Amino acid sequence: MSVLVIAEHHHQTLAATMSAVVAGAGELGQEMDVLVVGHECAEVAVQAASLPGVTRVLHVDAAHFAHPFAENLATLIFEHAGQYSHLIAPASSFGRDLMPRVAGLLDVAMVSEVMEIRSPDTFVRPIYAGHALETVQCFDRPCVLTIRPNASDVLAPVRTLAPIKALGATPDLGLSRFVSRAHTDSDRPELGSARVVVAGGGGLKSGRNFIDVLAPLCKSLHAALGASRAAVDAGFAPNELQIGQTGRIVAPELYIAVGISGTPQHLAGMKDSRVIVAINKDPDAPIFRIADYGLVADLFEAVPKLVAALEGHEV
Amino acid sequence: MKILVPIKRVMDPNVRVRVLGDGRGVDLTGAKMSMNPFDEIALEEAVRLREAGIANEVVAVNCGTEAGQDTLRTALALGADRAILVETSERLEPLLVSKLLCALCEKEAPQLVICGKQAIDDDAGQTGQMLAAKTGWPQATFASKLALADECVTVTREIDGGQETVSVSLPAVVTTDLSLNEPRYATLPNIMKAKKRPLERTTPEALGVNIAPRLKVHAVSEPPPRGKGERVADVVSLVARLRHEAKVIP
Repeated sequence: MSVLVIAEHHHQTLAATMSAVVAGAGELGQEMDVLVVGHECAEVAVQAASLPGVTRVLHVDAAHFAHPFAENLATLIFEHAGQYSHLIAPASSFGRDLMPRVAGLLDVAMVSEVMEIRSPDTFVRPIYAGHALETVQCFDRPCVLTIRPNASDVLAPVRTLAPIKALGATPDLGLSRFVSRAHTDSDRPELGSARVVVAGGGGLKSGRNFIDVLAPLCKSLHAALGASRAAVDAGFAPNELQIGQTGRIVAPELYIAVGISGTPQHLAGMKDSRVIVAINKDPDAPIFRIADYGLVADLFEAVPKLVAALEGHEV
Repeated sequence: MKILVPIKRVMDPNVRVRVLGDGRGVDLTGAKMSMNPFDEIALEEAVRLREAGIANEVVAVNCGTEAGQDTLRTALALGADRAILVETSERLEPLLVSKLLCALCEKEAPQLVICGKQAIDDDAGQTGQMLAAKTGWPQATFASKLALADECVTVTREIDGGQETVSVSLPAVVTTDLSLNEPRYATLPNIMKAKKRPLERTTPEALGVNIAPRLKVHAVSEPPPRGKGERVADVVSLVARLRHEAKVIP
């Protein structure tokens, strides 16, 4: 039997995390179909077909899938689920919304936030905000999973595209209606898929500082911008930037924590990053206990110097 | 309008998590137990809707052991009108909870179910969406704003990279994000009054739900510790180390 991976995309582009998700699903060692559902998103199907390890892309195009709501999408996946041993989506707001509904329709248990595939039915996942890891076996088929993309698993696209097969759409259930979407307008990469993340905390002291100090650093590293809950609660940064147990979980190649003390709830959202840098003036801040490189310094001096050094100026 | 709020009893978020040496799980011996914080937010939203005259009854539900009645008493003190305990000593997986809740929805016929988006113990984040699938109702997950009008609920959802507003028909399932509201504290008079409010008990058998487990937890372990980090003297040495040692910057 083969594996079905549900593609997350933004109409014209496949979500950057999908490369890592496909790499993760590839560890099952089975044939892999990728399902691309949307409207006028043929380009996404081509991008999915270029991911290494993909056997076939299934493409569904219908006007009512322009906003792929979980209700319609879960029904479509349910129709095809019988042919697959595993149904897999990224552990993003897209996958987290969708996959439990799919599992509910199929009346099967689900395993969320998979970090490691031990065997085709046994997985490792974090519980208690990552303070413990659970090894769990799922007896149901298909196995419904969301998997945490790991930035280091990203694979280069292949030249020979997998075949793309068009599938028919299931009808619109008419349960949800799209009203609006407000995307944080930014030329920075998206938090979930960025190779480098710069995150700020309460130490930034104001919303203005948050941007004035951190934006240049993001720019020189082509980094996504994140925030601790303290910074969000203080109003320095919008909620969608929040990294931690109650916000986004990220695992970039490089994570730079600026003026973040490192509460357990924040660490839960970033401690699987490959390299962690902490800049904080408090030498006893808990963030230093997990940082690979710690710099005890006033961030208002250190960050501009860091930007200058990265851009090759004398500091 | 009736609102159903499922509530989970979890280890208090301020208690330090300790993994048992034998790999059987997390040590809950003597630990303070509380209402799952996301469920507190769900309950607060439901109570506010009743106070605004939009809803007329808030029913809190807990599925679990006898001890769940403490959590339900807290829910009553926070403003729920009545409570239902679905009592079992079995370990309940999200799918099984969603089936118990679905059976209760058939009985209670709520127009809205507001759930926490996840429980802070298993961090599964499944129950609300599974319930929506079982009932065939629409779902609006990770809500940071909620408004009811004309047989619809309009919800602003916290999604990766921004916010999305959707309108779904009722009955519906909404799951709450952290920023939806700030829950109140229970006052002493309300805690006293809560003791007199009705707390009904039922069982999975009475609801006709088979709760045989579908998952098996083989081990619970400590996460691997990170390698010991180092202090760097200044920005110049930080950049050098990142470039030549960690090789994360060009």
